[in-house]
Amino acid sequence: MNEKLKAFIEEAGWPRVIIGLFLLSLFVAAPFVRVRVDASISDTLVRFGMNGILVLAMVPMIQSGCGLNFGLPLGIIAGLLGAVTSIQLNLTGVLGFGAALGIAIPLAVVFGIAYGLLLNRVKGDEMMIATYVGFSSVAFMCMMWLMLPYTSPNMIWGYGGSGLRTTISVEGYWLHILSDFLSIQIGPYLYIPTGMFLFFGLMCFLMWAFLHTKTGTAMTAVGSNPEFARASGIDVNRMRVISVVLSTVLAAIGIIVYQQSFGFIQLYMGPFYMAFPAVAAILLGGASVHKASMLNVVIGTLLFQGILTMTPSVINSLLQTDMSEVIRIVVSNGMILYALTRKVQVKR
Amino acid sequence: MKAYTTKEKIQHFLISNAVPIIFLVMSAIAIPLSGFSATYLVQEMLIRLARNSFLVLSLIIPIVAGMGLNFGMVLGAMAGQIGLILVSDWAVVGMRGLLLAALIATPISVGLGYICGAVLNRAKGREMVTSYILGFFVNGIYQLTVLYAFGKLIPIANTELVLSRGYGIRNAINLAGMRHGLDYLIPLKIGNLNVPLGTYLTIALFCLFIVWFRRTKLGQDMRAIGQDMGVAGAAGIPVEKTRIIAIIISTVLACYGQIIFLQNIGTMNTYNSHDQAGMFAIAALLIGGATVSKATIPNVFVGVILFHLMFVVSPMAGKQLMGQAQIGEYFRVFVSYGIIAISLALHAWKRQKDRERARRSLRGEA
Repeated sequence: MNEKLKAFIEEAGWPRVIIGLFLLSLFVAAPFVRVRVDASISDTLVRFGMNGILVLAMVPMIQSGCGLNFGLPLGIIAGLLGAVTSIQLNLTGVLGFGAALGIAIPLAVVFGIAYGLLLNRVKGDEMMIATYVGFSSVAFMCMMWLMLPYTSPNMIWGYGGSGLRTTISVEGYWLHILSDFLSIQIGPYLYIPTGMFLFFGLMCFLMWAFLHTKTGTAMTAVGSNPEFARASGIDVNRMRVISVVLSTVLAAIGIIVYQQSFGFIQLYMGPFYMAFPAVAAILLGGASVHKASMLNVVIGTLLFQGILTMTPSVINSLLQTDMSEVIRIVVSNGMILYALTRKVQVKR
Repeated sequence: MKAYTTKEKIQHFLISNAVPIIFLVMSAIAIPLSGFSATYLVQEMLIRLARNSFLVLSLIIPIVAGMGLNFGMVLGAMAGQIGLILVSDWAVVGMRGLLLAALIATPISVGLGYICGAVLNRAKGREMVTSYILGFFVNGIYQLTVLYAFGKLIPIANTELVLSRGYGIRNAINLAGMRHGLDYLIPLKIGNLNVPLGTYLTIALFCLFIVWFRRTKLGQDMRAIGQDMGVAGAAGIPVEKTRIIAIIISTVLACYGQIIFLQNIGTMNTYNSHDQAGMFAIAALLIGGATVSKATIPNVFVGVILFHLMFVVSPMAGKQLMGQAQIGEYFRVFVSYGIIAISLALHAWKRQKDRERARRSLRGEA
């Protein structure tokens, strides 16, 4: 028994076990501090659906050896442009949501190709450069949001008559368009956004299927051993660009799914730090800097979002203070740090 | 050795100094647009040079040791802030307060620097991204300490520092008692310009320290490690230990740098000041023409002046040009991040090219 436990911990890694136990204890403690468990589960599920695809966006680049995609904001920007344009065109319902995706995806492909070509020139330093590509693209778009000629009165600042607002409501356009599809309501508190899960499941399935095609296998080969892949006639650079494009497109889709559930489009500095929770989540799910699976995505997102939902409510009632922000910072960055420092050890 | 023609020399100069030159041109366009007077700009630059140089200088030693840009310098900045918080609680003012703050912060930053160095030794080849994330991680711990431990575990008597709930430090701390404690320690006025002579002398002293340090045994060891870790190790240099020392020095200096920075500004943003310190220092150094593997003292000063010139000028220029100051504001954020991205990318690209060339030369003519 002891041996088994040891093996399990070895397999899962200490941080994951600790955080898993922590989350479990939060759920156990919840009823004692008068936090409703069903409402908490419902919140966790909703946030799981919101963030799932953004976490999934990490997978292709990890598989192709490009590391953790800290440049996620680039894809998010494509998604924002799609969403904003769809509202500008005054499209509502499924049509509006479809239009947002339809505009965002080609943009994400273009961004992704440029981003991928850049990353091919900086092999070995992808992560740091990706971080700053993400940051500078967000800052660049801050200027653009002010200058782009959008005119929908629901989006621009009331007084100046130009420039987009920092948060734009999608209510009346495509709020909860996925979440409410086949959604299940049990009692007053438990709500399951089935449609969002189905969509997330579909994306995961497509990703999984892609990784098992010829191109997908080649991509994984590039990630595991670029020299070997080159020797077997795989175009390494092309595979890497494909992975970056996929990741960027998924980020664009992910943010639109996020918005339809959240209810708001956050512009300007909104997407600035969005890569970090996604990176932390997939690492928490058991992915390493070089290997990730769909299971890692699902487990990681559930654990991470679980912590994010439970800590404010439970810890606050327990200690009468709001420590959730600090815990979030420590957990997510600690997880990334663990992954970054662990890999070298395994290799040696 | 082939003699270079003047044209080649100029070309080489332009290429190797591309970033500072672009900035110079940009400022040359933006300054007349902004409509600031020369006196104002000179005074502003004098202040900012004093304010930021020390922080930027603290980045040099890890670069020499081949560890890239030390994004972990925010660790030192946090230590410095903890020192300042305690000193303002004890109401020690002026130069004595600053020295005391530095004295308290030194052991903290040595400890943090040791941790940072040890972590980076486990992440060789990806020091920058690791130190960057480490900065975020320690920021979490810093917030935990300052927001919850201060006033509870660590007694804070001054109620003006503490949040109304009874523990945790307020968002902004007024350092009025220590303001310009070092800057105007030796008062000097040229015409209408106030010269922060005290700080300049400290910075000059520190530049001498760097020049001297590079010549010591330890400094030479660091350079050897920066060139090639494997060879240095084989030559009997304790690689890991030396790398840790490099980071400790950088962290301690960043801590002093942050104290100097804050005594100049006069107010401390408890939860934000350190975040910006790292980014601005790194952007300034790169704008000055430094790269990830090479940084000199002139890079620091050129960088601080150019970066902050743009920093001061761009909101006004944006207002005149676009009718919105906000655009200029975002523009400078964009430039600070963009310049880091471009410099890092150019450096990595160059390294990759070098590696390919080396491999090709081994393979011989095909």
